[in-house]
Amino acid sequence: MKRLKSLLMSWEALLVVLLLVSIVLGAILSPYFLSGFNFYALTSNIMEIAIMALPMTLIIIAGEIDLSVASVLGLSSVVLGLLWERGNPMWLAIGVALLVGLVAGLLTGLLVTRLALPSLVVTIGGLALFRGLAYVVLGDQAVSNFPTAFTNFGFSPIPGTELPWSGLIFIILALVFVVVLHFSRLGRQLYAIGNNKEAARFSGINVSRVKLVLFILSGVIAALAGVIFTARFSSARPDNAVGFELDVVTVVLLGGVNIFGGRGSLLGVVLAIFIIAVLQNVLGLLNISGDIQSLAIGLLLILSVLGPNLARRIQVVLARRRLAVGSSKQL
Amino acid sequence: MTTTSSEVEPAKQRGQPGQARLLGLVSRVRELGLLAVLLFIVLIVGIQAPRFLSINNFVQILLSVAILAIVAVGETLVVLTRNVDLSVGSMVGFTAFVTAYFFKELPHSNLLLGILLGCALGLGLGMINGLIVSFGRVPAIVATLGTLYAYRGLVFIFASNTTSQVNASDVPGGYLALATTQILGIPALILIAAVVAVIVGYFLHASQSGRQLYAVGSNPEAANMIGIRAHRLVFAAFAASGLLCGLAGVLWGARFGTVDATNATGLELQVIAAVVVGGVNIFGGSGTVQGAVLGAVVLGTLENALNILNVSQFWLQAIYGAAIIGAVVLDAFITRWLQRAILSRRKKA
Repeated sequence: MKRLKSLLMSWEALLVVLLLVSIVLGAILSPYFLSGFNFYALTSNIMEIAIMALPMTLIIIAGEIDLSVASVLGLSSVVLGLLWERGNPMWLAIGVALLVGLVAGLLTGLLVTRLALPSLVVTIGGLALFRGLAYVVLGDQAVSNFPTAFTNFGFSPIPGTELPWSGLIFIILALVFVVVLHFSRLGRQLYAIGNNKEAARFSGINVSRVKLVLFILSGVIAALAGVIFTARFSSARPDNAVGFELDVVTVVLLGGVNIFGGRGSLLGVVLAIFIIAVLQNVLGLLNISGDIQSLAIGLLLILSVLGPNLARRIQVVLARRRLAVGSSKQL
Repeated sequence: MTTTSSEVEPAKQRGQPGQARLLGLVSRVRELGLLAVLLFIVLIVGIQAPRFLSINNFVQILLSVAILAIVAVGETLVVLTRNVDLSVGSMVGFTAFVTAYFFKELPHSNLLLGILLGCALGLGLGMINGLIVSFGRVPAIVATLGTLYAYRGLVFIFASNTTSQVNASDVPGGYLALATTQILGIPALILIAAVVAVIVGYFLHASQSGRQLYAVGSNPEAANMIGIRAHRLVFAAFAASGLLCGLAGVLWGARFGTVDATNATGLELQVIAAVVVGGVNIFGGSGTVQGAVLGAVVLGTLENALNILNVSQFWLQAIYGAAIIGAVVLDAFITRWLQRAILSRRKKA
């Protein structure tokens, strides 16, 4: 009974309710919301953010942060475009783009682990550095003459379904990440590191190596998101996905992951991804501009932390009052 | 037994001020190092392109960093308390747009009234940040990431209900003159930034609340134990950051004349670059206003040098990023080096 109650009171349960409410609202507000094509549009719109949110969840649980992901996305996108334009085969261009992500993640990871630098500052630096390099590589040019097979991967759903190819990639990655975080030794180590880095180190966890792996993973996956983004818009531009790091961090925190590390689940993050996707989609169907959508996302981000904080405080106040009333009755 | 304890005790006591002294030393070494770097850049670029060394060019550099420096001073206050304000770009954008719109609609109103309006708006936005962080207990990075979005959204809503863009020809000359007037041959913009830096710098250095800001940042628990009201100070730091962003926004509108809802987007990156390059510790407790201003000047000088050397502007952002990372790497090495130096001196003693 107690277990059931704690399940119903959990953050994930609240997210499920929020998701259902936004779906019902969407269905009421727009006749197009429940169409198959809209599901495709809604999903493919959020997939880059969703994919990058997976390693970000692990990084934040381990007590770090990576704000450079959207810039790595942009850099890998222009590298892909440049190599294709110079006449290289597509597989090579994609391979090098992923390699760029790996190197970017390695650089960040080494700075954070070897020099014990704060990841917040290092990755704010990386945010500027990698985006800047994207501009250096391609200037104000854009590459858009990609082969049909590549753009089909970005434009059209998996035959016979309404699921984009990127959705399939997300599902596979999400399953792998769930196994790693919730059912493996590495996952337990991440929580241990996030809760108490020193204690984790003394209990034999190689904190530096685990974190290095996380940042490399984050870089590679951001580069993969860059490939997907390039295919979806059939365009490699240095300003691709500017500001996406905010969306990624928002879905992770809205998913109930503690910004100071040590707590959170991928279930919550996946729910949060779809809440944001549905909200953006509904606001878009109602012709509300993207800039005003950002107001909604910003408020949601703050409320996702402020709400539980205030609830806890009110609980404390109520408990004290009950205690006071109880003791006065005894008298 | 008594002799050993009497030997141990003072050593322990020396341990704590030692830490504070180390931080102080680091920031002094940093500022001197930064000055050396600045001189080095000036020398190298000056040899390549003599016109870089003209007085006129130096004034141009200072003009280009004046607004950035004002915002960086506010950011320093917040960072000192172990927090961060990522919403500065949106606050500057918000106040710049509202102030410019105010002067467009009421061209004959008092200049001071418009300035006060902008500052008050900035103060209000900063107070909201402060409330969320210090009383809502939301981590600063989350709260100000949220308000970065939210304030920018508000600018767009404001713009969509009024006008999409305010042009320089729409606003009275008196407002634009804020950025162009010269007092004793020095542009007012530079003077305003200097006055702000001196006032805030003096406050931090000499006032009780200023010293308490450092205490809160270097050890929140200890600060709490000696009776410092950390919540109020953090709130005040965010409010001050907002106020300075408001002032910066007023000046932004005057300097550029033409503003739309996207103005000052991404300014937070340059501000954090200036603060970090200027040697303010991102974990709080150490750093100075003059360091942050110097950081802004170094970044502005770099940008100007790229221009003069005809290097593509596309390099600029990459250089900002490299400067941020380079600065924290340097900090780490200087701290280790000083720590080792102090330890070895103690061993000798």
